[in-house]
Amino acid sequence: MSIDLNSGLIALAPELVIVLGAVSLLMIGVFATGSGVRIVNGLAVAILIFAGALVILMPTDGTAFNDAFVSDSFTRFMKILTLIGSAVTLVMSVGFAKAERFDKFEFPVLIMLATLGMMFMISANSMLSLYMGLELQSLALYVVAAINRDSVRATEAGLKYFVLGALSSGMLLYGISLVYGYTGTVEFEGIAAAVTNGEERQLGLLFGLVFVLAGLAFKISAVPFHMWTPDVYEGAPTPVTAFFAAAPKMAAMALLVRVVMDAFEPLTSDWQQIVAFIAIASMVLGSFAAIGQSNIKRLMAYSSIGHMGFALVGLAAGTQAGVRGVAIYMLIYLAMTLGAFAFILAMRRKGGNFENISDLAGLSSTNPLMATALTVLMFSLAGIPPLAGFWAKWYVFLAAIEADLYALAIIGVIASVVGAFYYLRIIKIMWFDEPLGRLEPVQGELGTVLGVSTVFTLLYVIVAGPVEAYAEVAARAFFAG
Amino acid sequence: MEQGALLTGLPAAFFYLFAFVAVAAALMVVSSRNPVHSVLYLILTFFNASALFLLTGAEFLAMILLIVYVGAVAVLFLFVVMMLDIDFAELRTGMLQYAPIGALVGLVLLAELVIVLGGSSFGPETVGAIAQPIPDLAIRENTAALGDVLYTEYVFFFQLAGLVLLVAMIGAIVLTLHHRRDVKRQDISRQVARTPETSIEVVEVESGKGI
Amino acid sequence: MEQLLASYLPVLIFIGVALVIGLALMIAPFIIAYKDPDPEKLSAYECGFNAFDDARMKFDVRFYLVAILFIIFDLEVAFLFPWAVSFGAIGWFGFWSMMVFLAVLTIGFVYEWKKGALEWD
Repeated sequence: MSIDLNSGLIALAPELVIVLGAVSLLMIGVFATGSGVRIVNGLAVAILIFAGALVILMPTDGTAFNDAFVSDSFTRFMKILTLIGSAVTLVMSVGFAKAERFDKFEFPVLIMLATLGMMFMISANSMLSLYMGLELQSLALYVVAAINRDSVRATEAGLKYFVLGALSSGMLLYGISLVYGYTGTVEFEGIAAAVTNGEERQLGLLFGLVFVLAGLAFKISAVPFHMWTPDVYEGAPTPVTAFFAAAPKMAAMALLVRVVMDAFEPLTSDWQQIVAFIAIASMVLGSFAAIGQSNIKRLMAYSSIGHMGFALVGLAAGTQAGVRGVAIYMLIYLAMTLGAFAFILAMRRKGGNFENISDLAGLSSTNPLMATALTVLMFSLAGIPPLAGFWAKWYVFLAAIEADLYALAIIGVIASVVGAFYYLRIIKIMWFDEPLGRLEPVQGELGTVLGVSTVFTLLYVIVAGPVEAYAEVAARAFFAG
Repeated sequence: MEQGALLTGLPAAFFYLFAFVAVAAALMVVSSRNPVHSVLYLILTFFNASALFLLTGAEFLAMILLIVYVGAVAVLFLFVVMMLDIDFAELRTGMLQYAPIGALVGLVLLAELVIVLGGSSFGPETVGAIAQPIPDLAIRENTAALGDVLYTEYVFFFQLAGLVLLVAMIGAIVLTLHHRRDVKRQDISRQVARTPETSIEVVEVESGKGI
Repeated sequence: MEQLLASYLPVLIFIGVALVIGLALMIAPFIIAYKDPDPEKLSAYECGFNAFDDARMKFDVRFYLVAILFIIFDLEVAFLFPWAVSFGAIGWFGFWSMMVFLAVLTIGFVYEWKKGALEWD
């Protein structure tokens, strides 16, 4: 019954802000009439930014609530990324809401609750908080995937995501129960200690580890648990897809890093094989399957699968440099993805949004600025130096080579060369095909997101030093003691 | 009974009885023709699972399984089964086609489980190391033992559970609620506030003309 | 443990008796009833004409909404039982902990009410 509530609540301050914000916005939304949606959306962005400011300005280190909740430099780094992802998605959804009658005030509220779940995932320090955070996030995501319920495709996307997500949650729980059975505890430190103290490596524990990793791999849509990704990305409304591609990936990756680096640290050589396999499979499938895609949202789905594979290369190294690589990779991936989706949301001609890549033909002569921005982003996603995407890959491959995982690094480089093909195809269509007509004028907020993201990827070299230093601090959280 | 010891005697007999019925009923869930029968067999499975919980001393879990799963979830399943206008017999025609591969996957998983769980056992030191062991039933009842820690030591998870329920509530309404516009709704305060002055209008109508 | 299990003996006996009676009533007709089936007797009879279609028909989705809201509040109540049982032991902290939990769900309830999810048109 000994629980230090005060220090717990201080550590939890950003999350509390979001909880209070979400329930207040729910009430505002349901009682307000008329322009309630816009107010709720704006306030939601403000609250997320405020929570982000709290994360930075009130750093707490250590655990709270009997080790259920951990806060350190790594959680802060990933929480900031998640909050940026959520807030930018909400900003980008404004124009879409107006044009497509996508005006439910529940959308920002659900995004906030999903973000809350992600922050709990990032700060999870026991299997119980891992699962509770994950379910809070997933449940909200299932709903937003199907929020456009009059569209058959969106409903199908939501249902598919729900069924497969429930399956993965089941696997995760089964794994957790096995781990609990063989170690007698659900806390990450306790699991690590029990594994270290046990005289022999238990086969059942490995089985639990595999199930836990499988459940988490589903959440970052890594191969072979990726099947839902293209369908959900294509079927869900575009702002929702942008959200799916950005924020949940940050949280799930942070959770995966936390689980393997903390709880299963004594089993490093075991999970390394699994992570390396998932990384290779994701990189290869992400590169090859994307080639035949004609829908840009499906293409981005395969692209995200591939990028998760690259990020996992860093994790497979299992070193401080590797974790640093993952952190930097997620940051750069977030910037590029948000930019790309800002562009996809801006793909409008008379008669509405279009999603076919071939409709981008000749954009360089009709909308040169937009075409240039997307070109920069695509080059960066392909990993061409000196853009940000190159540096992201640089750090993870460097970590892999330092850890003597040469095969993994070589396969990664080959996959990224193959992957470059489909990114370059988009550029070719934009610059060398016959023009199809101008796009509708781009809304201010989309233009801003696109511009910021393009400038960031273009000039990453300038900020590379500070970013690397900050990621280094984040990664050190796992190696301090 | 000592913790970690195997069941013996009468409890063991009941364990095998309930476990056998649970597995048999679960098989019927997937193999019966009529989906309504499937749901009824599912309820039977829940009952037996609840009895198994009881045999391990998890009294609260056993009762909650009955209240939540049999009382609510199974009812919801029945709703869904009845709500779908699907010819289930037609849906099943393709099943035999996939049965071999499904059986293969199941067998592989079963073999793995048998090898893994047969080859290793929960060590006695693990049982001793459990962070939150169930107190002896003679000292504290199962439900009270849960209540002692759930709202204090585990308050973090408890509140998170509340948030998950909130999301479920919002989600259910967002996805299924739609108001029909062509229906006249009752608004009691408006109906009570109605007076002759606000609802009756005297109109002079000239003869030979309509209103 | 034995004591706990013994306290459920009445339920066990009840299930046993119910099983016997139920099975007896189900099996007895097979043994003693007079059977002389012919196709006309076995065909579906619906006020003299042939059945139009399947007896199953679509339910309104609103039943589902009511059921799922019921489940949510059912779960909420499930959390109240252990709280009530060990109320004396958990002190003010436990009390306020439950109040916060209920407040969150009350917010949900207000939302539900205001949205009109509890109305049946």
